[in-house]
Amino acid sequence: MKEYAFYPGCSSQKGDSADNFLRSIDVVCKKLDIKLNEIPDWNCCGASIAYGEGGELPRLALGARNLALTEEKLPGQDMVSVCPACWLANRETVERLHQQPQLHTDVNLALAEAGLNYKGTAKPRHFIEVLVEDIGWESMKAPVVKSLEGIKIAGYVGCQTNRPFGMMGESFENPVYLDNMINMVGAEAVPYDQKVTCCGGALAFSEPDKAQKQIRDIVESAYDHGAEMIVTPCQLCQANVEVYQSEINKKQGTQFNMPVVYYTQLMSVAYGGSAKDAGLDGQVIKAAKLESIAMK
Amino acid sequence: MTTNTTAAYQNSFLREVEAHVEEGAWVKMCMQCGVCAGSCPFGPHWEHSPQKIFMMIRAGKREEVLRSDSMWMCTSCYNCLVRCPRKLPITHIMHGLAHYAHRLGLAPKGQPTRESARLFWNNCIKHGRINELKFTLALYFKDGLAQGIKNALAMQGIGLAMLKAKRLNPFAIFGGHQCKDKSGIQKIVAKARELEAKRQEQAA
Ligand code: SF4
Ligand code: SF4
Repeated sequence: MKEYAFYPGCSSQKGDSADNFLRSIDVVCKKLDIKLNEIPDWNCCGASIAYGEGGELPRLALGARNLALTEEKLPGQDMVSVCPACWLANRETVERLHQQPQLHTDVNLALAEAGLNYKGTAKPRHFIEVLVEDIGWESMKAPVVKSLEGIKIAGYVGCQTNRPFGMMGESFENPVYLDNMINMVGAEAVPYDQKVTCCGGALAFSEPDKAQKQIRDIVESAYDHGAEMIVTPCQLCQANVEVYQSEINKKQGTQFNMPVVYYTQLMSVAYGGSAKDAGLDGQVIKAAKLESIAMK
Repeated sequence: MTTNTTAAYQNSFLREVEAHVEEGAWVKMCMQCGVCAGSCPFGPHWEHSPQKIFMMIRAGKREEVLRSDSMWMCTSCYNCLVRCPRKLPITHIMHGLAHYAHRLGLAPKGQPTRESARLFWNNCIKHGRINELKFTLALYFKDGLAQGIKNALAMQGIGLAMLKAKRLNPFAIFGGHQCKDKSGIQKIVAKARELEAKRQEQAA
């Protein structure tokens, strides 16, 4: 069994917007013998808009609290996130404090107020890195009992899973790991041109029209290239691209009804999990084809 | 502060940015190639692309830069950052400029992303974790009750769909997920704010 310190992030908590993501991750972990140990009392990473009010040091201190808790409570375990924004914030904190020792000193002065200290040993990683690098493609494929044959899927990587750090040294402009995962479970990854387009991110709230233009481009391109479903590794991408389709239909007369699921939901179904295990009851746009395979 | 700061830098806004803005020391490295401007998803909606902002900083256009709403249009997509041939951490500079303008009180009033960033941070510090329901409600009602009810009604289809999918918990209004050591978090942030203010003073 492989063990990791687990940083779930706010949106994956029970009853929040990516509740169903976490359920599918459970299935994948059980099948692949991965144990995720939740970091005790972890706090919000600040996400990508913490800079506005939080500035530099308070934002980094917030991130360093999680790193310090990982070092203290789960020593030696890599700190794994399933949310790209969390992973990015954690990695940025590590990088910045490593590059600027003065910031590291100041952060520790702040952490000392709560009896904590960040040494600089915690290693933030993305769950996909764990799957590809530690488990490997062969072992990831081994538990597949149901092929998702016949489903055409647009793999939507988006921004923060992909930039600025990226994964396994893959290209920023055309990463292929998500396509490989789609093919691994027997489905077909369709090539399309919006794989790494921004969905508007956190600005879907504050600049809805501009974000919805991005979302429209993504969904439209997926349709144009024959996809029946979009798959993503990102909570914000998932939520934005799925839930605003009805808004776009209302405002612009489109007829979008494209399911948007997580890669772990595909894996759960392929591994023989029920629709409920895979969190498919959490879709706003039903993933009917996937559900019918799960029920078979 | 505005006039003092300008005086301290003998009208060199570039030097002010270098001293006070997160990653601001990179601005002078820009070679004006325009790759960032062409890579920005919200590019068509910005008055000033990163390229223009960096040029304006060198030209000393302090007010225009700090009052611009362009920095607040950054979605944090990191497209510019990975493509910049000079490796400027553009995303961070844009965030740093937005924060600096916000702190000086020069950022555009009521700018929607500025508002949502403020609400997000406050929500985060108060509970240690984001309470998605309270954050969403606060956003809808940021422009007052009447506008809030209008916003909430416009989005009620989405809210109900999320509720049905069990991805929005109505009971979160009574608490929701929180950290145990909230007071520790608040102390950390207060201390970090104090140290940052001190650093800013020393830089001046
Ligand atoms: S891509 Fe880099 S060097 Fe080119 S204009 Fe933008 S910031 Fe300057
Ligand atoms: S990170 Fe911000 S500034 Fe850079 S391309 Fe994306 S939205 Fe534009």
